[in-house]
Amino acid sequence: MSEYLLEMNGISKSFPGVKALDHVTLKVRPGTVHALVGENGAGKSTLMKCLFGIYSKDEGEIIIEGKPIHIANPYDALTKGIAMVHQELQPIMERSVAENIYCGRFPLKHGLFIDHKRMYEDTERLLKEVKMNFDPKVKLSTLSVSQMQAIEIAKAVSANAKIIIMDEPTSSLTQNEVDNLFEIINSLRKKGISIIYISHKMDEILSISDDVTIMRDGQYIGTWEAKELTIDMIVTKMVGRELKNLYPPKSNIPEEVVLEVKGLTSISEKSFKDVSFQLRKGEVLGIGGLVGAQRSELFEAVFGIRGIKKGTITYKGKELKIKRPHDAIKQGIALLTEDRRATGIFGVLSIAENISVASLDKYVKLGFLNERKVENLVQENVKKLSIKTPSSKTKIQTLSGGNQQKVIISRWLANDPDIFILDEPTRGIDVGAKYEIYTIIADLAKQGKSIIMISSELPELIGMSDRVLVMCNGKVSGEVSKEDATQENIMSLATKFA
Amino acid sequence: MQKSSKINKKAISSFVQNNAIIIIILMIIIFVGIKTDNFLSMDNFKNLAVNTAPRFIIALGVSGCLITKGTDLSAGRIVGLGACIAASLLQSSDASGKVYPNLSDQNILLVFALTLAICGVFGFMNGAIISFLKVPPFITTLGMQTLVYGICLVYTGSKPIGSLRKDYTRIAQGSIFKIPYLLIFAVVCGALMWILYNKTRHGKYMYAIGGNESAAEVAGVNTSRVKIKIYTLAAVLYGLAGILLAAKAGGTSVQMGGGYELEAIAACTIGGVSTNGGVGKVSGILIGVLVFELLKISLQFLGVESSYTYIVQGLVIIIAVALDLRKYLAKK
Repeated sequence: MSEYLLEMNGISKSFPGVKALDHVTLKVRPGTVHALVGENGAGKSTLMKCLFGIYSKDEGEIIIEGKPIHIANPYDALTKGIAMVHQELQPIMERSVAENIYCGRFPLKHGLFIDHKRMYEDTERLLKEVKMNFDPKVKLSTLSVSQMQAIEIAKAVSANAKIIIMDEPTSSLTQNEVDNLFEIINSLRKKGISIIYISHKMDEILSISDDVTIMRDGQYIGTWEAKELTIDMIVTKMVGRELKNLYPPKSNIPEEVVLEVKGLTSISEKSFKDVSFQLRKGEVLGIGGLVGAQRSELFEAVFGIRGIKKGTITYKGKELKIKRPHDAIKQGIALLTEDRRATGIFGVLSIAENISVASLDKYVKLGFLNERKVENLVQENVKKLSIKTPSSKTKIQTLSGGNQQKVIISRWLANDPDIFILDEPTRGIDVGAKYEIYTIIADLAKQGKSIIMISSELPELIGMSDRVLVMCNGKVSGEVSKEDATQENIMSLATKFA
Repeated sequence: MQKSSKINKKAISSFVQNNAIIIIILMIIIFVGIKTDNFLSMDNFKNLAVNTAPRFIIALGVSGCLITKGTDLSAGRIVGLGACIAASLLQSSDASGKVYPNLSDQNILLVFALTLAICGVFGFMNGAIISFLKVPPFITTLGMQTLVYGICLVYTGSKPIGSLRKDYTRIAQGSIFKIPYLLIFAVVCGALMWILYNKTRHGKYMYAIGGNESAAEVAGVNTSRVKIKIYTLAAVLYGLAGILLAAKAGGTSVQMGGGYELEAIAACTIGGVSTNGGVGKVSGILIGVLVFELLKISLQFLGVESSYTYIVQGLVIIIAVALDLRKYLAKK
């Protein structure tokens, strides 16, 4: 038997105008966690889509347990022992756990009717295997994201997968949930299942994986054992140059209080309660907390997306009445939302349209848009934030995550707001682009803008904030100054009421 | 050498794929032009223009709803209502069985304005129900379709309305320098809508809502207001089409416009207005409407019995959209 469970040799794949994969190699040993790392656009996802049969490769061979195979489509991949847990889970929300797991291959009795009893029993056993104890009959919509993910993994196990691809499995998990996931991964590893683990989080990669394959610009850079590597080494190899600092130097000086929130309470019982805080001019206020701490909900309410039952928002001494985002924007508040695809970008529209949509009022004369002015605005921002795009007419959905984020930041810059609420500003963005976003944040603060930065990445929170406000279960559980901001301090506040 | 021919082949195939519908239309025209005598005549062109014009105006109205991921099933019945209101107020004084026997001759522009305003109110209701009560557009406009039809039945007593004033029918039947007035109406509407879609905030907001409604709201777009404007404007355009159709036919009944919404939706879709929202151009809508009308006239010229034309039309809708989707599917 071959040393490797899976070998992908010389895989190439081209799309119109780009060579996405150029003779890439990936060799996975049985019973290991194999991390696949690279910046966005490095070709990780494309490689995995070739393996899972979503794309067909142009060149190269795929060998499983020494035998060359051809994978026609995802169903074919599943039957050949390859399963994929997608970054964006696609559960059937209104059906039960068991139905979700067995959808497409329900156990039958008399060859005609669904054997519900067996389905529920099998599901229960499976869930135990992945250390999850819940009722196979509950609807998926009642579960948390991490539980849905566990079900996805259970589904892969039930299909007798030998290789499970996990695409950024921790991007929306809390630290506890990540620990749970790692336990599941460890038990799978013991069973001889190999896991291909795609992630941007270096510390996770080093703690969970056995081997690391690094890709850059569609090319194979190399494979190393995880214990030989450090974060710096991975980043250097990924980016192809040395990154000196993870965070830019900051020279902002927080001044007087501009925004004061007092006793803000959501109309929803389960959401934020009695939240008070202050924000200063030229300050970066970090907002820490676990997923579910209601941080996004709080600031969406400040921005007029969600309803408020009680409490006041005072801006420069004046109480604000904000009913919808339009009101907040008029007051000089901007919100970069957490979920870029759902509430940020207009995928089918151009860069120009995406940048100008919130500031069109400025470019109207007698009811008509001044297109030259709009184009100037776009060009100015493309240059200022170094947005990589072929032209201003390019559809935003063809850009990488980092460039999309810069486009949305440009949208808000065009309005020249005084307060920027940035909700997970670097989520799903590669290392190089992250640094650029940090630089933009530092520049804005230096110009005297006030920044609220919600982040689940503790290093980023600590590296960028002048002050960190921590939330837990919808309430403010404490505040940490720049000097005292450590991972331990923030985590203990984040779990205070848990 | 071999490489360049490969590229050429690729370029040609992508050109064919991107313009499949236009190429098919041209082929139909050439084929029917060769097979029959009078197809490529000025008269036939006029006939085509006059038939296409009102349908183009209706399709323009529906397009805004489709671009914002909505739809408007009440279009046809609002066309009918517009036709009936205008016709009832513009019958010639000596006609028998008038809707308003004692009505003196009214100012024609005033009647048009009133008709458009009444139609607009129904569009406004569509928009308001969709925006504020959050009833899905399909259901809202389905309800409105039946409701408007009922109102029209009550208003006319389900009797046809004929003997329209000459100065009214002339707006649809007349022409200047051999150009039918109807064609001028359609061109003006098309031009105005093109400007609205491409040169104004309203247009940009409309595409933004279609592209991602939540993102539009977050970006400060008053999505309710924009949608209400879209549905109101749509209904005004249906009203205009109704006025023109009644004038063209010289009379009308409650049945006027029945089913036109489906034709308009089909034409928009054929013309590349995406049902996924955010995409659609005035030029595409024109092409979509033309495909339909050309097809009808071609079949007529070829002597195909009119019952068969429905079968062909149905097939064309499906094939045209399937071809159009190839553009996007091919990229995967």
